[in-house]
Parts: sequence; structure tokens; C-alpha cells
Amino acid sequence: MITIVDYKMNNLRSLENTFRRLGYPACVTSDPARVRAAAKLVLPGVGAFGDAMAHLDDLGLSEAVIEKARAGTPLLGVCLGMQLLFDESEEFGRHRGLGLLPGAVIKLPAGVHVPHMGWNQLHMKRSDPLLDGVREESFVYFVHSYFAAPADPALVIAETDYGVDFPAVVGSGAVWATQFHPEKSQHVGERILDNFARP
Amino acid sequence: MLAKRIIPCLDVKDGRVVKGVNFVDLRDAGDPVEAGLRYSEEGADELVFLDITASSDRREIVGEMVGRVADSINIPFTVGGGLRSVDDIRDILRAGADKVSLNTSALERPELVSEAARRFGAQCIVVAVDARREPRSNGSPPAWKAYTHGGRTRTERDAVEWAVEVAERGAGEILLTSMDADGTRDGYDLELTRRIAEPLDIPVIASGGAGNLDHLVDAIVDGRASAVLAASIFHFRQYTIGQAKDHLRRRGVVVR
Repeated sequence: MITIVDYKMNNLRSLENTFRRLGYPACVTSDPARVRAAAKLVLPGVGAFGDAMAHLDDLGLSEAVIEKARAGTPLLGVCLGMQLLFDESEEFGRHRGLGLLPGAVIKLPAGVHVPHMGWNQLHMKRSDPLLDGVREESFVYFVHSYFAAPADPALVIAETDYGVDFPAVVGSGAVWATQFHPEKSQHVGERILDNFARP
Repeated sequence: MLAKRIIPCLDVKDGRVVKGVNFVDLRDAGDPVEAGLRYSEEGADELVFLDITASSDRREIVGEMVGRVADSINIPFTVGGGLRSVDDIRDILRAGADKVSLNTSALERPELVSEAARRFGAQCIVVAVDARREPRSNGSPPAWKAYTHGGRTRTERDAVEWAVEVAERGAGEILLTSMDADGTRDGYDLELTRRIAEPLDIPVIASGGAGNLDHLVDAIVDGRASAVLAASIFHFRQYTIGQAKDHLRRRGVVVR
């Protein structure tokens, strides 16, 4: 079962439906016990970093997610969910993250339209099963104003250029994350979610 | 490179597509899900559903439609029309829309834009600016006023200033429709589009007046729009989204 972590800030219907369309059972939950029982976890998100962390903490989900990831349960962070995996963010003040990946979340540079909204391209930095079958320069759908800058460049699987080359896909062990929305990225996104969900 | 977007707009009433979407081979061309799916398969980058339902149970009807669209379409979509309050916006986003578009309610109470952006994030708040040129007296510079109620009611707001204000209030995007160009098929109002798109640091979607594929190129290259919205050239199968993309690509515009 793919378990989608619901910390009450987003609509998670698209993610859940995409997994179902691909033939994988998926559920949405705010219950830490169900998170702890998950075979695979997805941490989604749009909205502000600080609010999201506060909700995750209040619902007892931060601990459950950290525990599962440290135990090796595959985890996919999506958009804000990617950023939350890092140590901290500078969005509206300084906020602590889940600390599963080393690095900080910073603002996109001046000189480009923010939010970065629309279809942009992936440039592969290294091969990874998550991007199996995804071609260089594939377009995926982004909506964000901040991005995660990993302390270790080896985490980066693919980059995207938007005023700066920022990490679009990162991975370390069984933890992966995408800054874009695979559930809104049509066939390319489906391929990525399928790669993640496939046993 | 960030691609320029092509966005078909579907008018819906009582959960049905109106204004003749002309896909002869669809089982039910009036079904927003079928029409939306077709466009997404053709390569549309996003979809806009403009709801004109007037009945008293519109909230349920629209919510149900949005849910069905969200269940089957895996590209982003915006829902606009008749959203009056933060609660209305919340309902539509919860039902599965990626963005909402506000016009009349924003002009009547501009704080709604700030409140909605703070609560739901700038990325899902689109402000639709319907602009019409003011009559020009000798030598006066061109000016546009913002209109409400589907372009029927003139306000005293200067459209360019209004666009700047909503951007400052946290709108993530502006859907700019020229009421003068809309329906003419003579091309977008490039002067208006450029005036609003150039100084703003949020994306502007140009709308109103598309009659051929060069018009799309013009809105992006000369008008500086980040995206182009069109209805009739796609609905009546004058062009497919694929043809539009090929044309833009040949003219050096980055498209998906």
C-alpha cells in the first residue's frame, strides 16, 4: 500500500488517483499509526514550510515519517514535501525541517518570475531507478518559489534551469524527492510514480 | 527552459461544456472530463474551466464537476466564475482544482486576493483582469479600465494599475482578457498585454482575440505573455493543440 501523508494543508486526490490509475492501492492518512504501517510513503505538499512543519509536528507525523525513513521504508517527497525533508528553510523566517537530507531550502534568485510556474525540463546528473525510462530534457510541471540546496551535490539526480540550476530530483538510499508535481506532469510524471510504486 | 504554455478554456454551465466544443468523435462533447482529457492528450499544458452556472445549487454542481475532472486529468487546471469568498475558494481547491481564478469578487473586495494568497498560497490564486480600452481623446495615451461581471460592468479601476495591485497582494498569475479583442479573431491586444506583462514579476496569460497561430506567437513574443489562452480556435478544430505547438516551436518559442 502506498501511504500518502496528509497533514491537512493540501488536496491529495490527484496523487491518490494517479497511483490508483497505475494499479497501485493507495491511501491518504493523518494517522501516525497508519504511517508507521506503510509499505511506501509519499510526503506531498504545497503551501508554506513553517505551517507544514507545525502541522506535521502537531499531528505526530514528523516523528513517524522520520522513523520510517530511517528504517529504510521508501519515501518520496513531492514539491514542499521535498523541501521538508531537508534540515531547514529560510521561507518567512528560519524553520527546522525533518532533517532526513542534509541541506537548506532557499529562495529562487531575483530576475525570474516567481513562483516558478509551468513546464520545465529535467537535466540528468546521474542515473537512478526513479527516473528509469524518463528522457533527458523531459518536461515536468513545477510550482514553487523556494528550492532545496543539498549540502552534498551527490544527492542530485536531475536539475532544472530557472535562473539557477536547482535540484529537481534528489535521492539518497530509499529517500527520493521531486521539486515538481509528478501527479500533474502527465505521462512523464506517471512513469516516475510508477517507478517509485513498483515493488 | 521554462516552456510557454497553451491553455484551452472551456465554458461550463450546470456541469456541461457550453459554447460548442466541436470534437465530432467524442462520445459526449458536453462532458467537461471528456473534452478536458482530449485536450490534455493533444498536449494542452493546463486547462481553464470558466463556470457560468447560475442555479441555486451551483456549489454542489461545480464541486462535483471539479472532482470528476481532478480524478481523470493529470495536468493542472484552473476553475473560475462566481467565487465570492475564501470559503468558496477552499471548496473548489478541496474538490481538486489546482488554481482558482477571481475577478468580480476581487475588484469588489481586493483584500480577498491577499487573504486567499496567504491562506492557500500565491501559486493557486489567479486574478482574471478583464480590460477594455477607454475612448481616446486627442493625444491622450491609451488607457484600459477593469470590468466585472463577465465584462459587462465597467469599474473606475485602471486595468494596468489593478494588475500591479493584485500582484502585490499575492496573486500568483494574471489571466488578462482584452474585452475589445475577445471574439474578434483579429489577435490579442498586444499593447495591453505588454503593458501589463513587462513590468510584473508574475506570469501573465494572454486571452481574447486569437484567430490564427501567428496570434499566439505574437502574444508571447511581442506581448511578453507567459501563456496563451484560447477557446474557439481549438473548440472548432480550426487547429489542434499539436499544430499550435509545432507552429510556436518553428518560430523559436520553447514549448513542451
